[in-house]
Amino acid sequence: MADYLEKLTPCCYKIPKTHKQGMLVPGIIYVDDKLLRLVEADKALEQVINVAFLPGIVKASFAMPDIHWGYGFPIGGVAATDVKRGAVSPGGVGFDISCGVRLLKTNLEARQIVPLLKDLMHELSRNIPKGVGRHGRTKLNRREMEELLLTGMSWGLKRGYAWDEDVLHVEEKGCLAGADPSKVSERAFERGHDQLGTLGSGNHFLEAQEVVGIYNDRVAEAFGLFKGQLVVMIHSGSRGLGHQICSDYIKVMNKVIKKLDLELPDRQLACAPVSSSEGKDYYAAMACAANYAMANRQFLTYWTRRSFECIFKKSARELGMSLLYDVSHNLAKFENHIVDGKEMRLCVHRKGATRAFGPNLLPKDSPYRNIGQPVIIPGDMARASYVLVGMAESENEAFSSTCHGAGRLMSRSQAKKMIRGDQLKKELAEKGLIIEAGHASLLAEEAPGAYKDVSMVVDVCDGAKLSKKVVKLRPLGVLKG
Amino acid sequence: MKRFDILEHTADVGIVAYGKSLKEVFENTALGMFSLIVDPRTVRERVCYDVRVENEEKEDLLVEWLNELLYIFEVNKVVFKKLKALRLKDERFLEAKACGERIDLRRHQFEIQIKGCTYHELRVEKDKTWRAQVIFDV
Repeated sequence: MADYLEKLTPCCYKIPKTHKQGMLVPGIIYVDDKLLRLVEADKALEQVINVAFLPGIVKASFAMPDIHWGYGFPIGGVAATDVKRGAVSPGGVGFDISCGVRLLKTNLEARQIVPLLKDLMHELSRNIPKGVGRHGRTKLNRREMEELLLTGMSWGLKRGYAWDEDVLHVEEKGCLAGADPSKVSERAFERGHDQLGTLGSGNHFLEAQEVVGIYNDRVAEAFGLFKGQLVVMIHSGSRGLGHQICSDYIKVMNKVIKKLDLELPDRQLACAPVSSSEGKDYYAAMACAANYAMANRQFLTYWTRRSFECIFKKSARELGMSLLYDVSHNLAKFENHIVDGKEMRLCVHRKGATRAFGPNLLPKDSPYRNIGQPVIIPGDMARASYVLVGMAESENEAFSSTCHGAGRLMSRSQAKKMIRGDQLKKELAEKGLIIEAGHASLLAEEAPGAYKDVSMVVDVCDGAKLSKKVVKLRPLGVLKG
Repeated sequence: MKRFDILEHTADVGIVAYGKSLKEVFENTALGMFSLIVDPRTVRERVCYDVRVENEEKEDLLVEWLNELLYIFEVNKVVFKKLKALRLKDERFLEAKACGERIDLRRHQFEIQIKGCTYHELRVEKDKTWRAQVIFDV
């Protein structure tokens, strides 16, 4: 263990502010001894320290239990800045703005559909473009794109891609306020206009899963989840539009850094005051990408429902395909939180971290107002994924944030060297898993062994009171780009 | 002389490229980047694009160059295999030619999607020869 780390609890370590000159706040890392050993293998802790230099950062530079080496921010990093004197950093959101997950429920029992699973996965694969170089089923013109960026999921609702109640089951009701399409470059428009409804590649996926374990009966029931249930998890983001917005604004922020003569330990942390015109423009463009991402996941949902209807010969409503929740894990948002006993308006950056609001922080019309927000945590393609719930106590920790996945253990090339894709596919097939993936080497990169065990990660989230475990899910069928 | 190496990173991936001149190191970084995306042996030279980029420092110029190529790749659905830096002025202005062909999903097997070039641990430096390092978000 690095000598500068202080163990606060069995699930929490601190890097004191005095560790490095220039740190404005301490670093707080939510890991147990086992996970810490994995974290210390790369440069993630150095990045926790670097984020503590961000102008206007309050309380601490936080790291969630799935923390690993990223660029600028660690993946799993949470940093809140004071909106009056602090900065907003595109690097604290990342290229895949509003990348996130949603979970669709069904009233089907997984064991009953096993004979149809192969057909189902094939139908999904036919309807959902995945991988590099593929465009979506629709091409949007300028006017449609502007409306989409401004209104997010309402755009889909108006055109029949969503059910009325879907909107209530998405963070921010599917539309992040403050979006302004005039702050989005022509290039971002060009990259986004034909990608709506595409899954993407890398760690993005669509999985048919089964609820295999229940940890909290009361919350599971309120969420409409039961043992043996078939559910669908979708993981995707804002595609080329978000990537371009991030690249565009890092360039803008680099100029701001020079103008203000700010010194940061990593250029990828480039930022601008939240209240500056550059900061405001970035936020307005970022919100457009968030709206695109939520609409994209809605479009994927629409085609998932259509695929189910085709295979099961029943309507999606009859199949009970309602949305549990949709939540992003790469986003900066304005939120009010208590810091040193005072309520403050903050710009909360979550880079590979999930918002996990307890009942106290949810809006009055939220269907989860009495329970807490569902938190959806994707794991790897063989072991497990989880649904957790936000808890009121977690506001005292990292501004009501929790992990976003398992976290990588191996680099992609290392995984390709150690794992043979075709062999892995065979092994997974023997376990009964149906896989629709681009090609074998892609599968090797995303192999279960390349990730930490997500169960270890969510146990720490639970232990550290960041969020509480509700159900465990097991993959049955995987669609990957 | 080796043109580039792949840089290991837990979540992402990078390229370390080499060159006798700054022009050559720019070419080799781009070649390295496209080799991560698709096997260049499967790409033919059918179309060429003229690329012009400008930025204040050589590191920024490198990111600008790579981002420009990623943009052309995604919008025009073209993969590149031959990158030629034609003119480099004051380490701030680059004129280049990028040649390759339109994506053909029957022949091109894509390895990864690069979301963008980061400034994390970005380096362009000269010892006896030039060396550039860049990490991509994938």
